[in-house]
Amino acid sequence: MFGAGLLKGLAETARNFVGSYHDPARLPTVEYPERRLELPENARVFPFLVYDGADPERGLRCVACKICEKECPPQCIYIVLERDERGKPQKHPRVFDLDISVCMSCQICVEVCPFDAIRMDTAFEWSTPDRFGGLLLHKTDLAKPNRYYHQIHPTEAAETDARLAAEQAKAEAKAKAQAKPKAAPPQPAATPAAATP
Amino acid sequence: MEPAAFIAALLALGGAVAAVSLRNLIHCALCLVLTFFSVAGLFLGLGAEFVSFAQVMVYVGAIAILIVFASLMTRDPGADPARVPEPRAIQPWPLGLGIAGAVTGVLLACVGSSRLLPDVTAPAVAPSVRELGQELMTRYVVALEVVGLLLTAAMIGAVVLAVREPRPLDREVGR
Amino acid sequence: MAQTLDQLLDLVQQRLVALWPAPWQPWVAAFLGAAAIVATFGGLFALTTWLERKGLARIQNRLGPNRVGPYGLLQPIADGLKMLTKEDIVPRAADQWIHFLAPILKVVPVLLAYSVIPFGRHLVALDLEAGLLFFFAVGSATEIAVFMAGWGSRNKYSLLGAMRAIAQLISYEVPLVLSAVSVVLVAGTLSLPAIVDSQAGHGWAGLANWHVFTPWGLAGFVLFMIAATAKTNRSPFDLPEGESEIIAGHMVEYSGFKYALFYLGEYLSLFAISGVGITLFLGGWRAPVAWLDWVPSYLWFGAKLLGCIAVFIWLRGTMPRLRADQLMNFAWKFMLPMSLVTLVAAAMWHATATWTFPGAGLWRWVLGAALLLLPYRALSRSLTQRGRLGPRRYRFAD
Repeated sequence: MFGAGLLKGLAETARNFVGSYHDPARLPTVEYPERRLELPENARVFPFLVYDGADPERGLRCVACKICEKECPPQCIYIVLERDERGKPQKHPRVFDLDISVCMSCQICVEVCPFDAIRMDTAFEWSTPDRFGGLLLHKTDLAKPNRYYHQIHPTEAAETDARLAAEQAKAEAKAKAQAKPKAAPPQPAATPAAATP
Repeated sequence: MEPAAFIAALLALGGAVAAVSLRNLIHCALCLVLTFFSVAGLFLGLGAEFVSFAQVMVYVGAIAILIVFASLMTRDPGADPARVPEPRAIQPWPLGLGIAGAVTGVLLACVGSSRLLPDVTAPAVAPSVRELGQELMTRYVVALEVVGLLLTAAMIGAVVLAVREPRPLDREVGR
Repeated sequence: MAQTLDQLLDLVQQRLVALWPAPWQPWVAAFLGAAAIVATFGGLFALTTWLERKGLARIQNRLGPNRVGPYGLLQPIADGLKMLTKEDIVPRAADQWIHFLAPILKVVPVLLAYSVIPFGRHLVALDLEAGLLFFFAVGSATEIAVFMAGWGSRNKYSLLGAMRAIAQLISYEVPLVLSAVSVVLVAGTLSLPAIVDSQAGHGWAGLANWHVFTPWGLAGFVLFMIAATAKTNRSPFDLPEGESEIIAGHMVEYSGFKYALFYLGEYLSLFAISGVGITLFLGGWRAPVAWLDWVPSYLWFGAKLLGCIAVFIWLRGTMPRLRADQLMNFAWKFMLPMSLVTLVAAAMWHATATWTFPGAGLWRWVLGAALLLLPYRALSRSLTQRGRLGPRRYRFAD
């Protein structure tokens, strides 16, 4: 019958209209600022720096090796090595800047970091009225505790922690094994961490 | 004369003068629309509601649009529509003047031969729509039918003129 | 009490007019009527933009505006402020005067059209003898406005949109007027209050004697509403705007308040034409059943108007836009023949009104329905079988 298709279409939209008031499947909107969807565990936005302990400055895992800076495809990382007053390099970044207006969230910095110091964050609300300064993150903005890392990526963080603990245990065992045959060494081993690859 | 009727008459005349004197064709057509509206206003002032509304509906709603379409469709496709036409070798104005004179003469003769209304202060009751309809369907039915037939014939003629012989590709595409 | 409530607006107007000296009173009365119409339907315009956005959102499984005010009710105010504060841009090549006059000419005739619609018992600004004709006459003036907007903007999209709009307006004016004529034929008058009076009384099972409850009336109402959708440029007949192909048609060069005027004019003409449809077919301000007569008449009119607006929103949320050839085919090959058939059915209904033998009512119904359904069947079959309204095959795309 001529016009039956129109009525069918009208019935469908009417179902949508009425359904949106009682059927959650017909109204999937989550009103964002007040309510938000749970992010998937592997969500990633921009990198951040992990630190151990309570002090974001001293606990920083980053040793300023600049591998991430070299590997970053859009070149959004800028690192300056810390030196003491005599000019001796310290294993610590004095400046660690990350321009998130350039970053493309590729996670290559995370892949290449040998110290598990840089990880992907899930925070995405970065809107700012200053598109240059506001989007250039400094070391203080980037440093976040290991606790936070456990919050946002629990599986990955547990795996990293387990690996780090195993490596440290292995290094300690190796140091002990090395120390045993040398009877009465002239001085105790400087730091076990220095022996880790 | 009532001020409203005076204004309407003035607008009608002004629109008509502008319609023949402006150089931009579209402006002319729009001035003609103003004239149509004012004439409808004059009819309304005279108590002829039905005629006034029919005037707006037919002349503004159909004739004016027809004029506008005609002036858009019939121009030289390459020409600028707002361009002022070139002066022609043979001036057409004597012909126009002649036609205008003839029309004015006929109108004057009609007005002159009609008898004056006996009493202008007490206007006759305007015929109602019902009476108009009954008159059209009884006394003037032949005239009405003839006009209808004429318009139908004109429309069929227009359709015949407008229908294009389908070219080979059209026939192939349009099943 | 019910009587007073029904005539409340009249009484208020009389009180207000009586405050003025006698020579001023007709002017004050006219001004009050005009102000009431403009305020009511301006407010309804604001409400309808909100209703439309909410309704369409729900149809599309969204929430719609809900940030400005409770339930987003103040959204129209925010929209209006935005429109008012926007820059008014006139193209350098535009025909300045025509460009300026077009939005005014779009709104003024629509407002004039309200003067003949009876919104309630004794609630009509102008009881003209040829009211229906007046309505259609001022409605046809908007075609000039559309043309002026399209021409004056000096933009190819504007002119294309205006051409489309005028072609559509003229084509759908014919079935619109013809379906209204069937009511005129039965009611025997062109005056809108008289047409409402012709639908007075109650028939079978206490149901009102509205024209929509007759076979020809139902067909006429559907045809009238379809033609009204096309006349007011609403989806699925919104080709003149066609934002996907010609951006916004004749409105493309308008911004700020002038654009808002076009928008206002479109919605106002929607309300006006719905009001006339209600008056012609849905019994105007009359109650559907006798025991609801105590509800004030203007409330009935408002309820019916809101119902019509809801249907228009529903249609807009459902139908995709037609193609230009489908639009024209539908107007001339379906709407026009069907409105003529409706006219014949109305004439039959009018001629058999004097039948008194038992079962006459049923026979009239059967006859009227057959008179409409058989041509409808034949027409739809011929149109679909010959591929006139069906899907078009593209030779080079297959």
